Amino acid sequence: MHHIYCPYCEEAREEEEYSYTGEAHIERPKDPAAITDEAWGDYLFFRSNPRGIHHEMWYHASGCRRYFNVTRNTQSYEIHETYKMGKLPTITAKTIAADTLVAQQGDAS
Amino acid sequence: MSQVNRLAAGGRIDRSKPMSFSFNGKTFQGFHGDTLASALLANGVGIVGRSFKYSRARGILGHGAEEPNALMQLHQGNATVPNPRATQVELFDGLVSGSTNGWPSAEFDLMEWVGKIGGKLMPVGFYYKTFMAPQKMWMTYEKFIRKAAGFGKLSLEPDPDTYDKLNVHCDVMVVGAGPAGIAAALEAGRSGKRVIIVDEQNEFGGTLLASNQTVDGVDAAAWAEQATTELVGMANVTVMPRTTAFGYYDHNFVCALERRTDHISPVSVSGSRQRLHRIRAHQVILATGAIERPLVFGNNDLPGIMLANSVSTYINRYAVVPGHRCIVMTTNDTGYQTALDIQAAGRTVVAVVDSRHAPDGRLVQAAKAAGIEVMTGHGVIEAQGSKRVTGAIVAPLDETGDKLTGTGKTLSCDLIAVAGGWSPVVHLSCHTGSRPVWQDDVAGFVPGPTIQNQHLAGAITGKYRLSEALNAGIKAGAAAAGTESAQVFNCGDESEGAAQALYLVPHTKPSSRAPKQFVDFQNDVTAAGIELAAREGFQSIEHVKRYTAMGFGTDQGKTGNVNGMAIVAKTLNKSIAETGTTIFRPAYTPVTFGALGGRDIGVLLDPARHTAMHPWHLANGAAFENVGQWKRPWYFPQAGETMQQTLNRECLAVRNSVGILDASTLGKIDIQGKDAREFLNRVYTNAWSKLAPGKCRYGLMLKEDGMIFDDGVTACLNDQHFLMTTTSGGAAAVLGWLELWHQTEWPELEVYFTSVTDQWATCSFAGPNSRKVLEKLCTDVDLSAEAMKFMDYREGTVAGIQSRIFRISFTGELSFEVNVPADQGHYMWKKLMEAGEEFGITPYGTESMHVLRAEKGFIIAGQDTDGSMTPYDCLMGWAVGKTKEFSFLGERSFSRPDTARADRKQLVGLKPKDPTVVIPEGSQIVMDPNQPIPMDMMGHVTSSYWSECLGHGIAMGTVKGGSERMGETVYCPQADGRVLAAEICSPVFYDPKGDHHND
Repeated sequence: MHHIYCPYCEEAREEEEYSYTGEAHIERPKDPAAITDEAWGDYLFFRSNPRGIHHEMWYHASGCRRYFNVTRNTQSYEIHETYKMGKLPTITAKTIAADTLVAQQGDAS
Repeated sequence: MSQVNRLAAGGRIDRSKPMSFSFNGKTFQGFHGDTLASALLANGVGIVGRSFKYSRARGILGHGAEEPNALMQLHQGNATVPNPRATQVELFDGLVSGSTNGWPSAEFDLMEWVGKIGGKLMPVGFYYKTFMAPQKMWMTYEKFIRKAAGFGKLSLEPDPDTYDKLNVHCDVMVVGAGPAGIAAALEAGRSGKRVIIVDEQNEFGGTLLASNQTVDGVDAAAWAEQATTELVGMANVTVMPRTTAFGYYDHNFVCALERRTDHISPVSVSGSRQRLHRIRAHQVILATGAIERPLVFGNNDLPGIMLANSVSTYINRYAVVPGHRCIVMTTNDTGYQTALDIQAAGRTVVAVVDSRHAPDGRLVQAAKAAGIEVMTGHGVIEAQGSKRVTGAIVAPLDETGDKLTGTGKTLSCDLIAVAGGWSPVVHLSCHTGSRPVWQDDVAGFVPGPTIQNQHLAGAITGKYRLSEALNAGIKAGAAAAGTESAQVFNCGDESEGAAQALYLVPHTKPSSRAPKQFVDFQNDVTAAGIELAAREGFQSIEHVKRYTAMGFGTDQGKTGNVNGMAIVAKTLNKSIAETGTTIFRPAYTPVTFGALGGRDIGVLLDPARHTAMHPWHLANGAAFENVGQWKRPWYFPQAGETMQQTLNRECLAVRNSVGILDASTLGKIDIQGKDAREFLNRVYTNAWSKLAPGKCRYGLMLKEDGMIFDDGVTACLNDQHFLMTTTSGGAAAVLGWLELWHQTEWPELEVYFTSVTDQWATCSFAGPNSRKVLEKLCTDVDLSAEAMKFMDYREGTVAGIQSRIFRISFTGELSFEVNVPADQGHYMWKKLMEAGEEFGITPYGTESMHVLRAEKGFIIAGQDTDGSMTPYDCLMGWAVGKTKEFSFLGERSFSRPDTARADRKQLVGLKPKDPTVVIPEGSQIVMDPNQPIPMDMMGHVTSSYWSECLGHGIAMGTVKGGSERMGETVYCPQADGRVLAAEICSPVFYDPKGDHHND
């Protein structure tokens, strides 16, 4: 069971207080009428569903009622960071891959 | 004295407190401090149950959680408990116990003959292979298989006990109070951190309690007592014996079951029987120890064959020697301690049979010095006996233990203590997804890498010496508490010889022909069965597990898994590291459902929400239905009425005079802010820009895919203040939805949402006389048809209470809703009942509400829609704004090819051809009832009722292309063979022009 830090409450609380609300950073098209059915379908239905680092939204339903973002590893359930709406993650699959590379090079030398 | 195996002195039992107990109908004596297992062994009881598949006689193998055989049925009547291990049941006076299987008894079992005769005919996968066909017979087979093979019985009566759940937090959680755990807790406790230490046994100390070693010169058990006293004395340390940490979950969440009264009586005399502790720890220290492995040889399951350290434990802790003439078969030094213990207890050690050729550790020398015969380079290849071991065939082995190098000889004995090496208890470490790793030098799996804040100490890491455990405990405690310690324990146990890995003792015959060599006792899995599985092509260890059932059940492979995996690896010519292990899952040992449920049962299973008028409904005989957590009046039956008669009376009252409904449960969301109007424009399908203060509007809310998700009426209180109503069940979801869009996409809009569902009570009264009722109570609002039109909103005083008055209608009649602060809701309801008395005002419930709205063709979101219906599918295009500036949620999806299809299922009215018929809701709709199966399914009936005011049944349903099929006949085939015909029509059956609600 997750223990999640709410960036608005500034406390780690039990998973029971939250609900998961899907992938983060999916922006609604500014002018839906102007885009193709395919582009609209992608926005509606297609999600990245990665194995590993995932940025997702959680809703502090039984707490402050704020939505926020979580960077979570879908394999290990490790939560790397939580951050407020409108912010960007500081930890991504890319930064982790880069860190691993540096660590490996460090081992090699 | 009948306790034939009880020693006159020693042990941790209290001889001044004798206790009487029964097992399989016979009465025995034991002492305070005994487990049921130690008391049975003291009385010389050998057979405790029958095996799962072959019904072989089984005795006690171990002394703790690893015990696979001694599953008990405890207590009687509604207090009965199936399957606790006798080794974990503390004895109390009057305890009633029995075997979980065996017919007519465990001692004399008829199924044994099936096992003996059929043994060769019941290979691994027997059930899969035998009961495959015919498929429909499986249900019949299963009944008998379960009866023949099952363990234990549940009481079908309610549990007489209560249980608690506690949420707990700590800095350092220590699992296991053996030497490593105690040392860790001492170190962490001394730092001042909040520490919880749990152990499944009644006493702290683990192996210390049965050890004849010393800790810094102090007797091991005495040291454990001193250390425990120190822990208990620390205010920051919570000491919990009789508590099993059975599950370790993400982010250091540990669940532990505390047995509070199981050692006192079958049913708790006062307080709760068990507690489930839900512990969130900053740091977790696993000091769960290790389990000794049995050795796999012929007939190794005979009663009288036991784990060596269990024999030592029974002798040293319980003063019970479970045999007279003992053979110890070992692959390592620890077996020699058992030989020494047996000899010290005054019984005969026939020989120590050691698979190693040149053992020379401290204990080996001690045994030799004590005159014990040691046979090196030998193994027990087969045990003899039928209900009890009577002898062992011992034969010479080669250096690796793979082959016999000579002929065997038979030694007579009544106890074989087996020491096959140790398996670290990695179970909890696996629960969080960490895979154990094989370590050759340990000859076992140790916990793998983890991302939890987890520390390990003691035998779980494959370090088995006492001093290693204590010193590792101090280190782990310091690491978890963030302290440093230079404390080092001395136990004088430095010299120990290397162990040999021996997973299957060879026999003169191959495994398939040798007497059964058991690997997993609880599931009757043999070496031959595992080899067969591998030969049949099962290569993944996970598949072998499921095919053979190795590691299943309450046992979870505690004693058998490593031997089994090694045999798989050898058969496949792989290393154990390559074959790997299965993963252990929670729970480590069984947990009662009572504890998992705690107090969340019966009326406390789910909170019940009551409206302010609930006492009135109760007093007036309402029948209730659940709407989410709400208890809503379903109908108000009068004496002698059937439900249908009640509904007919309630509906006619609304149509002809006036009826009143408690509508308080409707979701109410207060929306304020200068951009509230713009926000509504974006989330609703229709236009809100021009809705004037004092006006209401019905709105449909869509998901982005264009499908209806909720509906309701929103009133404009003033330019920056709206009151939205939602369906009763959808209130929380709608609030979350509004917040989602505001917080993630349109934070620039200044708008605030507040749930006010509970703050306002709503009386809805409908019918031609409803205005007259309201006029009697409200004098400061002009309620005339001209002044207060349909869909108008006013504030005013009703029965002296400041109220919000809406002229809206869900029945099709002239109708008002009066909202008052919830604490005055009951009063308002009574005032309206009084005022309406002269008109025969009739309270009605949700069922009549459904009938009345269906007569008008009003949908219920979630009943007539199912998440795949657009407004157009519901023939509600009138509720969609066509010229709105902002592309409201869902609008873009209307033009998607699938959403725009003409032959989508559409919601239409259905008038039964036989006016007396009410088509069952959920009926499937077809166009041709004579079409061969599979028929073309055109849709289904979503709502269907008897309409008393129309004098016939009415229904709504979805039909493919239904809006173009008006007047066509559809058919609803029923399970009972009837085919009900209906005509597609407009869903508005009553007052299609809307004259009534506009009156």
